[in-house]
Amino acid sequence: MSATIPGSESARRPVASGERADGRRGTTPTLNVVRALLRKELLVELRTLESVPGMSLFAVTTFVVFHFALNRNSIDGDLAAGVLWVTLLFAAMLGVNRLFVADADQGGFDGFLLAPVERSAMLIAKLLALLVYLVVLELVAVPAFLLLLAPSSDHALCSLIGVLALGDVGIAAIGTLVAALAVRTRARDLLGPLLALPLLVPIVIGGARASSPLLVLGHAGSPAARWLLTLGLYDLVFGLIAYALFDFLLED
Amino acid sequence: MYGKGLRALSISTVVVIAIALALVFFWVPLEAEQGFLQKIFYVHVPLAIVALCGFIAGGIFAIQHLRTREAKWDFRSYVAIHMSLIFGVATLITGSIWAKGSWGHWWVWDEPTLVSFLIVFLLYATYQPLRFAIEDPERQSRYASVFAITAGAFVPLNFIAVRASTAYVHPRVLGATSNLPWQMSLTFLVSLLGMALLFTTLCKYELTAKHTRAQLRALRRLAERRTGTAETAVPRRGRSAAPSLHATAMSANAQHHAAEPGGARTGLR
Repeated sequence: MSATIPGSESARRPVASGERADGRRGTTPTLNVVRALLRKELLVELRTLESVPGMSLFAVTTFVVFHFALNRNSIDGDLAAGVLWVTLLFAAMLGVNRLFVADADQGGFDGFLLAPVERSAMLIAKLLALLVYLVVLELVAVPAFLLLLAPSSDHALCSLIGVLALGDVGIAAIGTLVAALAVRTRARDLLGPLLALPLLVPIVIGGARASSPLLVLGHAGSPAARWLLTLGLYDLVFGLIAYALFDFLLED
Repeated sequence: MYGKGLRALSISTVVVIAIALALVFFWVPLEAEQGFLQKIFYVHVPLAIVALCGFIAGGIFAIQHLRTREAKWDFRSYVAIHMSLIFGVATLITGSIWAKGSWGHWWVWDEPTLVSFLIVFLLYATYQPLRFAIEDPERQSRYASVFAITAGAFVPLNFIAVRASTAYVHPRVLGATSNLPWQMSLTFLVSLLGMALLFTTLCKYELTAKHTRAQLRALRRLAERRTGTAETAVPRRGRSAAPSLHATAMSANAQHHAAEPGGARTGLR
């Protein structure tokens, strides 16, 4: 039961114990808050298993659906990259939709706002939590993808992991901002994906173009530098935008 | 308040648009390859440029709104984005006609500008549903501003990304006005000025109309309260995607409305 009251206890716990060394009483170092919030997020997810198992199962099921929809036993190149990124994107949407629901419904926002801490701590914690979810999702989905749809021995797996990591950061930054924007509206399940998908199109462009040479059967190439640059730049810009704007979403 | 200079602006808009159309149809030489069809360029491209500038202006107004917390900036941001959406629909339609005429398809994926415009349009199409889904007027305006800033920053980034994805596939012929003959450049610039004026005028009309309506409603409420005819009450403003103008329209009699509950809203959440 304690896990269903997110934020309220864990966010306040550091306040009770921690006084800042520099004399600013009443505020807790942001790093501690982020750590506490992240720990709370992961604990809640571990106990309720609301997001990650669903996301992973969705991804694997989607690969099966793609097998029948495309009527292909194995795919490679552009098609493989497209299927992989679309699946990961939609699976990520499931996690994005659930990211703030417990906080909005069960008073987590109120508890957090009562605590005298930096508000961006919540953004950073949620972003990191979503990033962890995405990494776990990919730990399941990418091997399943290689097993089911793109059987091949010499995939440039290291490069693929790099491209996926760059994409994940962008999805996490945009996903967190959009989730916070949509969660306290009446149509949040609808608005979340509607807002996030256009914003994520550049991630798909960069990610799919960068990973398509890695998924070519037989002779895998290396990703073009400009796609990695596009992804990195996009991550950076939207990370900064989310950081600048998140406080305004938490004011009441 | 918003109506000042509206007449002069309207007249100059009509004059410039008339000049632009006259130039387009009677003066500028026909383009060698596409002939008469190319004249849609003088409508389509200015529409697109003005719509994109309107989206970005909406973002800048939203920044002002978050900084100053004055309702008028949210109001301006809303009107700029609303009008840009209308211009965006016109851009997509004229772009489709042009594509059908010159390439034979209603939609071409290897024209990066058109594709990125579609993505931007799809993103902004969620602006009104987002506003509509938030009950509390203050939170509605704040969230809408956050959205407008995010989307405003997305506009140039998206263009860069989509351009990069098609740059080596399809050589770009149009878009740079530098390689056009001077008659075409002049006509294009006059059309662009006309479109920009049209955008400004329509925005000003919408601002004036919405502001006047809110003022009128406030005055009628006040009159009713004075005379005590509560039975024929002015219907309350229903839930709306448009910003509520309590702060600007009712500043004159704010104390009367301070105690008023925030409208006949069904409090679902």
